[in-house]
Amino acid sequence: MQVTLTVNGRQRTDEVEPRLLLVHHLREVCGLRAANVGCDTSSCGACTVLLDGEAVKSCTILAAQVEGGQVTTLEGLAEPDGTLHPVQAAFRAEHGLQCGFCTPGMVMASVGLLAQQPSPNEQDVREALEGNLCRCTGYHNIVRAVLCASTTAGTTGGPA
Amino acid sequence: MREHDGRHDGRPGVIPTSFDYVRPTTLEGAIALLQEHGDDAKLLAGGHSLLPLMKLRLSFPAVVVDIANLEGLSSVRVEGDEVVIGALTRDRTLQTDPVLLAECPLLAHVAGLVGDPQVRARGTIGGSVAHGDPASDLPTAVLALGGTVVLTGPAGPRSVPVTDFFRSFLETALRPDEVLTEIRVPRTDGIGWGYEKFTRRANDWPIVAVAAIDGRVAMANMGQTVLRATATEQALAAGASLAEAAALADQGTTPGADMHADADYRRHLARLLTRRALETAAGT
Amino acid sequence: MSILGTRVVRREDPLFLTRGATYTDDLVQDQLVGALHVTLVRSTTAHARVVRVDASGALEAPGVVAVVTAADLADLSPLAPEVPLFHQAMLRPWLAKDVVRFVGEPIVVVLTEERYQGEDAAELVEVDLEPLPAVVGVTRAVTDEVLLFPEAGTNTVVTFGEPAPDDLFTGCEVVITQDVVNQRVAPVPLETRAASAAWGQDGRLTLWCSNQGAQMVRAQVSRWLGLDPALVQVKTPDVGGGFGAKVGADPEFALVAWLARHVGRPVRWAETRSENLTGMLHGRGQQQRITIGGSRDGDVTAYSLEVVQDAGAYPRLGAVLPSLTLLMAPAVYAIDRVHAYARSVVTTTTSTGAYRGAGRPEATAAVERAMDLFAAEIGMDAAEVRRRNLVPRFTEPHTTSSGATYDCGDYPGALDLLLHTVGYDQLRREQAARRERGDVHQLGLGVSVYVEITGAGLDGPAEDARLEVHPDGTATVLTGTSPHGQGHATAWAMLVSDELGIPLDAITVLHGDTDLMPRGGGTHASRSLQQGGVAVHQASVELVAIARQRAAELLEVAPEDLVVDKTRAGLQVAGDPSTAVTFAELAAAEPLEVDTTFSAPAATFPFGAHLAVVEVDTESGKATLQRLVALDDAGRILNPLLADGQRHGGLAQGAAQALLEEVLYDDEGNPLTSTLADYPFVSATELPSFELITMETPTPVNPLGAKGIGESGTIGSAPAVQSAVIDAVAHLGVRHIDMPTTPMRVWSALRAAEEKRS
Repeated sequence: MQVTLTVNGRQRTDEVEPRLLLVHHLREVCGLRAANVGCDTSSCGACTVLLDGEAVKSCTILAAQVEGGQVTTLEGLAEPDGTLHPVQAAFRAEHGLQCGFCTPGMVMASVGLLAQQPSPNEQDVREALEGNLCRCTGYHNIVRAVLCASTTAGTTGGPA
Repeated sequence: MREHDGRHDGRPGVIPTSFDYVRPTTLEGAIALLQEHGDDAKLLAGGHSLLPLMKLRLSFPAVVVDIANLEGLSSVRVEGDEVVIGALTRDRTLQTDPVLLAECPLLAHVAGLVGDPQVRARGTIGGSVAHGDPASDLPTAVLALGGTVVLTGPAGPRSVPVTDFFRSFLETALRPDEVLTEIRVPRTDGIGWGYEKFTRRANDWPIVAVAAIDGRVAMANMGQTVLRATATEQALAAGASLAEAAALADQGTTPGADMHADADYRRHLARLLTRRALETAAGT
Repeated sequence: MSILGTRVVRREDPLFLTRGATYTDDLVQDQLVGALHVTLVRSTTAHARVVRVDASGALEAPGVVAVVTAADLADLSPLAPEVPLFHQAMLRPWLAKDVVRFVGEPIVVVLTEERYQGEDAAELVEVDLEPLPAVVGVTRAVTDEVLLFPEAGTNTVVTFGEPAPDDLFTGCEVVITQDVVNQRVAPVPLETRAASAAWGQDGRLTLWCSNQGAQMVRAQVSRWLGLDPALVQVKTPDVGGGFGAKVGADPEFALVAWLARHVGRPVRWAETRSENLTGMLHGRGQQQRITIGGSRDGDVTAYSLEVVQDAGAYPRLGAVLPSLTLLMAPAVYAIDRVHAYARSVVTTTTSTGAYRGAGRPEATAAVERAMDLFAAEIGMDAAEVRRRNLVPRFTEPHTTSSGATYDCGDYPGALDLLLHTVGYDQLRREQAARRERGDVHQLGLGVSVYVEITGAGLDGPAEDARLEVHPDGTATVLTGTSPHGQGHATAWAMLVSDELGIPLDAITVLHGDTDLMPRGGGTHASRSLQQGGVAVHQASVELVAIARQRAAELLEVAPEDLVVDKTRAGLQVAGDPSTAVTFAELAAAEPLEVDTTFSAPAATFPFGAHLAVVEVDTESGKATLQRLVALDDAGRILNPLLADGQRHGGLAQGAAQALLEEVLYDDEGNPLTSTLADYPFVSATELPSFELITMETPTPVNPLGAKGIGESGTIGSAPAVQSAVIDAVAHLGVRHIDMPTTPMRVWSALRAAEEKRS
């Protein structure tokens, strides 16, 4: 079947199997491999992308379900001129990543959080990231990064 | 049902079996597809109950009917004494809907506890209730609230009291050719409520959960379906104290054992959480 | 101003944060175009005879190119245990032939054109298994009633030491014995295992795999497949976490290489998480009996530790780790008589291996539990008992009764600074107040003091470094370490930049390619900075010396008149900028490069003290970690940003072991925690932000004064958190709760204590 969706601002139409998971569509058909597959049970969040502005787990969505939708992946987060999104910048400044495998999902989940809740406190951030697992950082610096990004972005949610 | 070996125990997979995907544009169209395919078809709304099962190949429908975008089935409105919630309303929407927060805050609160934010962005209340998992939050809250579930089939809509809806493990009153279209709960603005969800990790399914409102108590994960704590309710109605009534919460339940809790501990939690939910509801 | 010791953000991050890193399953090399996908059919029974394997159905499935069983691998000998000490009859087949010994053991390989086709085809493979009795748990295994390897005649893989003498505790006023479980956990790096293989026209194998040291992988794969190592190139893409479980090759890596040769096409494999939770080496898994003896005034005079290690079905690294547990048994304490003994046994479960700490967390957890029990018995504060028995501060090497020679340490200082910083007395007062009131939510405090051995890597204490400065002013470092999150591209660049003045962004650090670096020890055992980093530093120093000689000749001055000018990355005559030459200019005239090896003379011993504050809901048994304070001394810190990150990660894993995580099997050997929905992997909501206190006592062992820090977090925190949970309910009569201190366990302990009282 055919599916048409907009990925990082570019519309594309592809021939896909109905059972093709969105994460595999992004990685193998669209060539956007930042989103990772870390589990089998929708538990780890490494596959998190934005769908119509909301953070979702792309391993638990069929590409077919996204017909007409807008997907934003990590690769589409920075400005065209390379200016980092405040969340990206904060993750670097606060050392919120080590091996980097959970990072694309973690960043997109954080972007999704701040879009809905621009000034979370620490508890809010930890709860918002309950669906994103990390083994390397112990979450400490990830939480710091999100809190820093929220201060930087203010209420507009735009780049610093 | 399609021929399928179902070799899923210990199997490593993440990929569903092949299926045909259909996206009807009307409710009638969806119902017609269910009639045509019977057991071979499954409805897809948020997908966060169905797709995980399909990836594990515990479910392998030949036809997946995507109803997530059907018009008119996603809304929250007041109708007389009831709050009427469209089945396709997403958890995330319920969490912040101003009408629901005002008229049925228990439900709004519980919707905000389902899974994690990514799950809530996709999951629907209708999907959760239709799936009927005994460990689910929304069915628990809906059962405590009372009210009715509206099921629409070839002959039109019919209402089933929520107390009759959950029949057995993952089995509900929903017929194979029906779509759950609405959930109607009483308006409970100003009525005290409590919800206790006991987990080891915030993102987990509840080991036990209890919803209490207006003299009614419902529990998750204490049997084959979500259950009402009828002994507790009767005791309350008869004037027992909260503690006395809560001590009866596990009567008539058949809690299972797993790595998190044996039956004994679940019974203890049911009693403890019922007491706490009742205390919260009473404002004590 | 030296850059060393400052917080430098990582150079790896811009790419990781915009395009994502490139892990093994992301690779799209030309060499892998047309690669076939591997899907493994694995055993669903823990112990069984393989009666029949019929792949005919799978061969008909769409996209199937080949199906391989044990019969096709007749030219490959089964793998003997890698450690010579192990019972050598415990052979591991490449694919199960006659017997399967754990749920998850590979039996059949299906090769398909596309990934999705693999799962469809694998379902069509029929495997008939005739169950044999399962052996789950070491208690059952040691009886030898059911043998995993009849030809071995025993389930014992190896023993270390001798059982304790009967008179070890003679003269002790107080003797306490406790059985303790240091439970099996799953490492769960977010990236599962993956490997891809392609054979070139030149007969060389290129193997890409997610690993912690390409050189070790190459050596093993070559040996297993009977290949000349010169024909094998191992390349390490970005690695999504390892934690010890990705040290060395798994047989699957060699299998992938063999398959590629067998079918004449490149082959790629990426396991699912369920495969990972049953196929990747598990961590810990010790049954311990601790006995502690001493006098009522708090002097501990004897301690005994008996360990039975669960090796899993095929003995791997996990079976030798008890030797490290025994080595570190006395830990930070000056105890007259310490005795330790260990045995490793096979069970019909996943094999165990190294997991952050690898044998040392088990030692600290055991002795810390013993100290707490001793304290409770004599009615003394747990911190005070420790203080009375710590080895006093030492600056000269201190050799323990178990034969470990600690380089330097200040355990009393660490404990005192920790307690002072957290306001220990105030916390005890708050605890007392809650006890007085009989609050539902009680407070628990847990203290641990630890020392651990770092730098004891599997391939010895040496590491190579190659440094080259280019005519364009950039530099390249080749290292034998293998970072997978530790930030070596930043840290090693800092070391070079600090000596030469070349800007960080102009320094490229390469690792993980055996063609570029044929020799290397990889990254594990917290060895990288103190061996690999020192080698890089040494290379920088040596390069400066070479440059100085050349510059002296060029400028016709004495070498000793030249100083390094970091602002211009070159040398000049002191005080005379007109006589300057840059390293780049020297490199343009003649290649400017150094190959060096640093061999550490000894291991190093970081130490510290951790404190956990836990709140326990005494009605439900649920424990919440409120504070975790970690004081760590790992010698001189090169980059506090990176060091803190390592500490955080370790603290989380230690707290997770204490509170949440456990790999569980039923009595038939079926795994109960084989998905991330079931395995209670710690999430952000269960942890607080950590509080770090840093002490820096440089080690004399290497010129950087650096010890390892990667594993300390797990070693100190797990016992502190466990202790805090028990402490929260100690006043109600609870003496011991095994990790993980689940709500049900705490509740059961409270009920048992209540029954004892009445």
